[in-house]
Amino acid sequence: MSISFDAALGIYPQAVTLGSRRAEILAANLANGDTPGYKARDIDFKAALQQAQGQGLSLQATHAGHLSHSLGQFPGDEALYRIPQQASLDGNTVDSQVEHSEFMQNALQYQASLHFLSGKFKGLLSALRGE
Amino acid sequence: MSLFKVFDIAGTAMSAQTLRLNTTASNLANADSVSSSIHQTYRARQPVFATLLDELNPAAPAGGVQVLGVVESGAPLQQEYAPDHPMANEAGYIFHPNVNSIEEMANMISASRSYQNNVEMANTSKQLLLRTLQLGQ
Repeated sequence: MSISFDAALGIYPQAVTLGSRRAEILAANLANGDTPGYKARDIDFKAALQQAQGQGLSLQATHAGHLSHSLGQFPGDEALYRIPQQASLDGNTVDSQVEHSEFMQNALQYQASLHFLSGKFKGLLSALRGE
Repeated sequence: MSLFKVFDIAGTAMSAQTLRLNTTASNLANADSVSSSIHQTYRARQPVFATLLDELNPAAPAGGVQVLGVVESGAPLQQEYAPDHPMANEAGYIFHPNVNSIEEMANMISASRSYQNNVEMANTSKQLLLRTLQLGQ
């Protein structure tokens, strides 16, 4: 029986990667809070995570030479546009408060995923040492 | 690693907001700089922000802020009849800049709040990255 890190670590590596990507998008939203015409974006975290887990659509490889479709980026994390609650005159759809709370929430979720990931590693280590 | 890009994004935004604070300071400082010629009078300056897109992938969602330039306000100047003023022209008029002090104050508060937002964002990202470095320890 071989040790599979993918199976051992579960969903957390993908969650951490997606969390960092979402932090980048939310940071761009906050940074462009005063840019005229900027449209706030976000990713559908649940759908993106499901696709990253392989439950979504994936390319079928019919030849051994076919490259896999995961080129360092998750297929399902195309950023969507937010629906603004209040229209602004300059066409900017960033709601600073909403983005701020989403950023904080994302940071906490990221830390939680890291914590769980850390626990998984600790578990693996104690299993390897056999103490 | 996407979290490192947050620093770039926050950095561009902070530099843009600093420029906005700079122009606001210049506008407020020159609010009373009268002139004897309509062409030499100070006009309120405002930076123009735009999203900095990734050249390789323009559809990428994340990008910082760039300052396209600084434009001068087209609002009409106030002219005042003050023949005793040392700067008065032949007709006895002096020209006041078109700086709206209240607008500039609101602008300044908005810029400083945005700057704080970006600093906080960079701080949070730093903490997340430090936690990531400590993974498994």
